Amino acid sequence: YCLSGHPTLPCNVLKFKSTTIMLDCGLDMTSTLNFLPLPLVQSPRLSNLPGWSLKDGNAFLDKELKECSGHVFVDSVPEFCLPEVRLRRANNLSTVDVILISNYALYDALPIHTRHTGFTAQCMPRNHQCQKAQSASLLLPSPLKDAVEVSTWRRCYTMQEVNSALSKIQLVGYSQKIELFGAVQVTPLSSGYALGSSNWIIQSHYEKVSYVSGSSLLTTHPQPMDQASLKNSDVLVLTGLTQIPTANPDGMVGEFCSNLALTVRNGGNVLVPCYPSGVIYDLLECLYQYIDSAGLSSVPLYFISPVANSSLEFSQIFAEWLCHNKQSKVYLPEPPFPHAELIQTNKLKHYPSIHGDFSNDFRQPCVVFTGHPSLRFGDVVHFMELWGKSSLNTVIFTEPDFSYLEALAPYQPLAMKCIYCPIDTRLNFIQVSKLLKEVQPLHVVCPEQYTQPPPAQSHRMDLMIDCQPPAMSYRRAEVLALPFKRRYEKIEIMPELADSLVPMEIKPGISLATVSAVLHTKDNKHLLQPPPRPAQPTSGKKRKRVSDDVPDCKVLKPLLSGSIPVEQFVQTLEKHGFSDIKVEDTAKGHIVLLQEAETLIQIEEDSTHIICDNDEMLRVRLRDLVLKFLQKF
Amino acid sequence: MPEIRVTPLGAGQDVGRSCILVSIAGKNVMLDCGMHMGFNDDRRFPDFSYITQNGRLTDFLDCVIISHFHLDHCGALPYFSEMVGYDGPIYMTHPTQAICPILLEDYRKIAVDKKGEANFFTSQMIKDCMKKVVAVHLHQTVQVDDELEIKAYYAGHVLGAAMFQIKVGSESVVYTGDYNMTPDRHLGAAWIDKCRPNLLITESTYATTIRDSKRCRERDFLKKVHETVERGGKVLIPVFALGRAQELCILLETFWERMNLKVPIYFSTGLTEKANHYYKLFIPWTNQKIRKTFVQRNMFEFKHIKAFDRAFADNPGPMVVFATPGMLHAGQSLQIFRKWAGNEKNMVIMPGYCVQGTVGHKILSGQRKLEMEGRQVLEVKMQVEYMSFSAHADAKGIMQLVGQAEPESVLLVHGEAKKMEFLKQKIEQELRVSCYMPANGETVTLPTSPSIPVGISLGLLKREMAQGLLPEAKKPRLLHGTLIMKDSNFRLVSSEQALKELGLAEHQLRFTCRVHLHDTRKEQETALRVYSHLKSVLKDHCVQHLPDGSVTVESVLLQAAAPSEDPGTKVLLVSWTYQDEELGSFLTSLLKKGLPQAPS
Repeated sequence: YCLSGHPTLPCNVLKFKSTTIMLDCGLDMTSTLNFLPLPLVQSPRLSNLPGWSLKDGNAFLDKELKECSGHVFVDSVPEFCLPEVRLRRANNLSTVDVILISNYALYDALPIHTRHTGFTAQCMPRNHQCQKAQSASLLLPSPLKDAVEVSTWRRCYTMQEVNSALSKIQLVGYSQKIELFGAVQVTPLSSGYALGSSNWIIQSHYEKVSYVSGSSLLTTHPQPMDQASLKNSDVLVLTGLTQIPTANPDGMVGEFCSNLALTVRNGGNVLVPCYPSGVIYDLLECLYQYIDSAGLSSVPLYFISPVANSSLEFSQIFAEWLCHNKQSKVYLPEPPFPHAELIQTNKLKHYPSIHGDFSNDFRQPCVVFTGHPSLRFGDVVHFMELWGKSSLNTVIFTEPDFSYLEALAPYQPLAMKCIYCPIDTRLNFIQVSKLLKEVQPLHVVCPEQYTQPPPAQSHRMDLMIDCQPPAMSYRRAEVLALPFKRRYEKIEIMPELADSLVPMEIKPGISLATVSAVLHTKDNKHLLQPPPRPAQPTSGKKRKRVSDDVPDCKVLKPLLSGSIPVEQFVQTLEKHGFSDIKVEDTAKGHIVLLQEAETLIQIEEDSTHIICDNDEMLRVRLRDLVLKFLQKF
Repeated sequence: MPEIRVTPLGAGQDVGRSCILVSIAGKNVMLDCGMHMGFNDDRRFPDFSYITQNGRLTDFLDCVIISHFHLDHCGALPYFSEMVGYDGPIYMTHPTQAICPILLEDYRKIAVDKKGEANFFTSQMIKDCMKKVVAVHLHQTVQVDDELEIKAYYAGHVLGAAMFQIKVGSESVVYTGDYNMTPDRHLGAAWIDKCRPNLLITESTYATTIRDSKRCRERDFLKKVHETVERGGKVLIPVFALGRAQELCILLETFWERMNLKVPIYFSTGLTEKANHYYKLFIPWTNQKIRKTFVQRNMFEFKHIKAFDRAFADNPGPMVVFATPGMLHAGQSLQIFRKWAGNEKNMVIMPGYCVQGTVGHKILSGQRKLEMEGRQVLEVKMQVEYMSFSAHADAKGIMQLVGQAEPESVLLVHGEAKKMEFLKQKIEQELRVSCYMPANGETVTLPTSPSIPVGISLGLLKREMAQGLLPEAKKPRLLHGTLIMKDSNFRLVSSEQALKELGLAEHQLRFTCRVHLHDTRKEQETALRVYSHLKSVLKDHCVQHLPDGSVTVESVLLQAAAPSEDPGTKVLLVSWTYQDEELGSFLTSLLKKGLPQAPS
């Protein structure tokens, strides 16, 4: 099942062996671009925008719609389009057993799921993401209390819901194997995209589904991607590729630095709208090296976010999730990220918000990192209003999630310079083909968008997934049956039973053994135990009813195989005291006649038929003789 | 018969130089590689020649696992890997990997530079040895090779201490290393899930002790320190650089702050400063409280505790000094001890276990006249206090862990023989788990009976499960199938499928019996009578009368025929396949008895 139309913010549901697993639950925030920014202080410009009324004169909405430079915006608290709305009815989400989260950007919708579905099972993002989760939710405007459903959009969740969702989270470590109901095993693997981001392997004993989401082969700060473990997958689900396949992250970082330097040298301020974790660590590291060489070491860097401090601090203590270089620094022991030094030397300062200490320390020109990258809420709104009028200042967009033109629309006309340097280290299509070649999955499943070139550049045939067999695509609200059939299941045989088995070699290297055992199933684990000893026939007692004697037909007789060589069979018969044997040839085989006993034995290639009088003794004797020539299964 | 063999090369009925050899399902694993602090000769390292006699260690051992960074668990590692020669993987946790080389280097310095020992490992050897280390995360399942996997659990004892589960197929061993079941001021409690190993190898340092509450001990400690400094005495606390030191520092720091005390607290330089830094960087390994508050205030940034300088020892007035090492066997703590031992106002607090042969052990056992190097005799007048802060599980904790993991048997190491004996009895009586305590070089062999995993075809399994759901099937049901063994691939399939897969044709064995019945009526009526008779007898079976006049019971076919010569006798042909053998045979004998007279 696919619940999200956005390829970078996936939300998929996988049904596998009676478990239901939700893979990521990202929140598509692009809808916020249709809203006006939420300013921290009343802005006369925004509130004086002309009202805009619908043509049918719907007065109800009048107050909320405003026009700015030819675009219409909603003037209210932003609401988000939920990934699962359409499928919610069709597919009852309360049946989801577990939610697997790949990285910090992909659990925004978590509180909504947990609230609206009575979902009670575990969710499992990576270790530190728990703290990161808190930071992300704090970013969102907090006074949104009631969850009113407006058409298909919902308002954001409250802090309380965030906490209750977080309390259901179970943290896991890389390569930790987690059993789900004994039926499947899930394992997170490093994906190399962000601190603690992961790919997931969902496997039973005979099948393996890999879920690759937001992975990166570039070496930045996190642990490199674990590719080896993805091998031998039956199905590989591929989501979260780069959103700007044409841009090279390294080049973008260079451009970012040079633009920043240029603005600051001219006495302007630089505004970087960003998330409070992730790429910012890399940007700070680059700046750390760059500002000294560019002679800008006196320019203050400000990082403003309610969670700025914890984000920076947390990044230092998760050495185990970092790449090798950073790990060895900790062994010295030194802080793994250079921003510790930036803070120590007072070059980088962080504040929970623009109120308080920040106003005292504020010095221009400066560089400000703050959120939210959509420019619709957070402290960034204030800086846009403050600096927007001067052409000396620059805003540099690094997050690829929002179209920068749309983000800027409500601020038009704008004098400040805008530079778009999207940095997206996730896999690009060339890397994907390399990865697929390496990993060799039997099938690839990916969102529809990845199987065709982007609409804007339809000639770029290289901007799509190319693999053999062709990738299976899904789109929003579509259900896709994964193309593999489960055929085997693991079962354990008790050693006592194993000892009693008698294997026969049928073909060279292949042996067979007949197994009759008692099946025990507990927690989806199967165990074969030796059968109980057959109860001794109670011969002493007189049976009162005939039906007591009726054999239990459930005791299965083995199947037979092989064929009977007539001559040897006749010899055996003679040995056992049968005389007067006559053999007749028929079209298909032979008929052996025991004239004395009025018994007829038809022997053909694949069947033997014994026809006799009602003489049980005789029949059993013949039966045993025949069986000697056959193999039992 | 598969078995697990365990041989302690060190720490068997002893504390120190932990080194345990485990063979499980053909894999050989060495657990810890420590040195003995009580010896200065060959006995300080485990006897590695025992492992292979002459062969190469790398060929024999699949991996080495180090539980934590204490030297009695990792002190012999460079000697083992570089001087004896081992190139395979060495597993330990990240903090252990970070701190271990520093302690080794420190140990080397004391041994070589101060005591002038030759033929000891070099700094380079420590570095080369650490290159062979593979770091593991908590709960991460590491595949050492295709069959052998290991998994680390939190052990609490010191920063980065871990318990390890070693698993091959369905057989597993858990080695606890040193652990602590009660959370302390900076570390959490050891935890393991119900992994039901075949064998649990546990330490038993405090096998006989059941400690009073932690709070009492802490109050006691603070009271003693406070009293001593009040009357102007100096307090020496010999500690190991990492572990207890941090816990006691946090304790004193908060106490000093609360009481607003001005008496200086010193921390011996070098190692310990660095150590605090490690704690800051490895916050996720500490306890929950510290993890939660570290953003506001890092507990390992001490305000009242300053670095110690050698000259301070002669300063007048009270002071508290933390000095390494913890057993007073060498280094700074011993130097300070010598200086202060003569004054009865002073006090030494031993916060941890002392190995036999060390100065610490001697003064704790009441010796007041010590013979030092150079035949000097040192008279100890200062007060000697022992406070068990060392983070080993006590008897209660050990029992608790055994209960948590539910092992089939327990093996005790890292403890004194007498105490082990006591704990062994306790475990055997209370938990009814067999318990071993081998001495060094003694091998314990445990037979195991692993189940054999095979693949079962889903069709067969589902068929069985569906039938198993029937209400009548309360008695155990028999599953019938065929095991195909091809190379090392075992699959259990239904018999039909097995024949098909192997390209074998089924051979049908059929029996037809002539049963003579006296009945003058027509064939059809005979058949009808047979039908109603069988129907009344065989209530549980599916008896059918087919339109062509024949009768079936399940898949057994009965047909009535009239032989020409005798109209009074009818011949009933009963025909069945070998699979219906019992039923067919039963039917013929039943019919032989004749039909009951039809009600007229």
